[in-house]
Amino acid sequence: METVAAISGLDVMAIRENFPILNRELNGKQLVYFDNAATSQKPQVVIDALVNYYSHYNANIHRGIHTLAEEATAAYEATRVTVQKFINAASPEEIIFTRGATEGINLVAYTWARKNLQPGDEIIISAMEHHSNIVPWQMVCEEKKAVLKVIPITSKGEINLEVYEKLLSPKTKLVSVVHASNSLGTINPVKEIITAAHRVGAVVMLDGAQSTVHLDIDVHDSDCDFFAFSGHKVYGPTGVGVLYGKKEILESMPPFMGGGEMIKEVTFEKTIYNDLPYKYEAGTPNIADTVALKSALDFLKKAGKENIRRHEEELLEYATAQLQSINGLTIIGNASQKVSVVSFTVKNIHPQDLGVLLDNQGIAVRTGHHCTQPVMDFFKIPGTVRASFAMYNTKEEIDTLAAGLHKAIKMLA
Amino acid sequence: MGENKTIRETEEEIIDSFSLFDTWEEKYEYIIDLGKQLAPLDEKYKKPENIIKGCQSTVWLVAENCDGKIFYKADSDAVIVKGLISMLVKVLSGHAPDEILDAKLDFIREIGMMNHLAQTRSNGLLAMIKQMKNYALAYKSIKETEKSI
Repeated sequence: METVAAISGLDVMAIRENFPILNRELNGKQLVYFDNAATSQKPQVVIDALVNYYSHYNANIHRGIHTLAEEATAAYEATRVTVQKFINAASPEEIIFTRGATEGINLVAYTWARKNLQPGDEIIISAMEHHSNIVPWQMVCEEKKAVLKVIPITSKGEINLEVYEKLLSPKTKLVSVVHASNSLGTINPVKEIITAAHRVGAVVMLDGAQSTVHLDIDVHDSDCDFFAFSGHKVYGPTGVGVLYGKKEILESMPPFMGGGEMIKEVTFEKTIYNDLPYKYEAGTPNIADTVALKSALDFLKKAGKENIRRHEEELLEYATAQLQSINGLTIIGNASQKVSVVSFTVKNIHPQDLGVLLDNQGIAVRTGHHCTQPVMDFFKIPGTVRASFAMYNTKEEIDTLAAGLHKAIKMLA
Repeated sequence: MGENKTIRETEEEIIDSFSLFDTWEEKYEYIIDLGKQLAPLDEKYKKPENIIKGCQSTVWLVAENCDGKIFYKADSDAVIVKGLISMLVKVLSGHAPDEILDAKLDFIREIGMMNHLAQTRSNGLLAMIKQMKNYALAYKSIKETEKSI
């Protein structure tokens, strides 16, 4: 078999050496980690950045005048600039650090939506959203007596754009859709979605939790108004994420949380809020993880997103072919544009049973509804098994998965 | 079912069966077999109030009181969980509420299946044990109320 490295220009074996966890054995077998859509593993540079921060320049940022505080502040703000360039935002002020994509979506729901929604206004989401991009909007719609509309999906797992166009009206105030689906892998045509929404004057939020690690993100080119992603899914630490917002919109929104950092002046009569982006970063932020996020993004950039994309496409294509040849296996989500996620069911077998037996063979996949219950309801299944691939995965590992599945199916038959 | 054996004796029987297995495959094949052999629960019992909802698989549990002893019936849509609940039903059925409430159920750890208990959110197994004990507690208090009347 041809090696992946030879085809895609990505030296996967060299990449793998950066991820110490990949040396782990489970049940006497080499770990095969295919749960990357849940969280990616961390390269040594990210682990080192965390240790280095706490070992050498841990300090609270922005206020201190001592050397450590200056170094910590500089590192924290360097990540902001790296993120700005990574997603092609106009300025660092448009980058707000959060705990993750979920918090980014909630921030917009709590501030922008609460300020701008009137009774009868409409928010549009799609039927393939993660619960994180459903529940915050349901909550704000209930409070503001606004209406949540849902764009249906097709049997291939693609957004039905015709229905979307019909749902749009002057009542539409916000459209929030996932850039790439975590349970189906579908890459949505976000530029079309955004252009259509802007035509009726609605703002658009993109849930970039899955897409950021796989695709080139260009918020300027897509013209989205908000974009949220999580650090831990882009080879960075848990507990840090990013919300991008267009400057003029962020400036018009009320703050999310009150506290230190987000203020300019406080008296008991009146508080003057700080400038962007600090207005939305109340309290001492997650400094260490934010600092290490820069190392993750630098690592991704160095490996080359184009190389990674080609490699992951190869893996997706190979896995799709391998899995489809298994008797009784159905792939859920067959969109024409997909990130490297393969969700599937096997006839008469509960996904959880497959997950347990794969785990015993050292193969980590995710089973269940993947926090997208409406998607499972649409396909009338209790859940799927999901294998999701990262830059360090190989075709050999997909062979291991296929063999593991054959074995599990035989045991369960 | 268990009339003459104590809960611990049934547990020990299960531990003995598992001690014959050398590999994880044998262990799981046995559990899968138990799951398949467990008679499916009559559809009339598959009501929402009998569901113990896990995040991924569903467990149905019903209990009957017969001459001061409790008998359980259970089912699941996932076969490994079904095998595990089949063992729990075997161990606890036919015993008095106090015996069930006192049962430590160490056999789960001793056969190396603790990881399934840890997955509380996904398979509802821990919730099922709790519910089995709740039934015992409920029957116990009914009995004590009857006595006091």
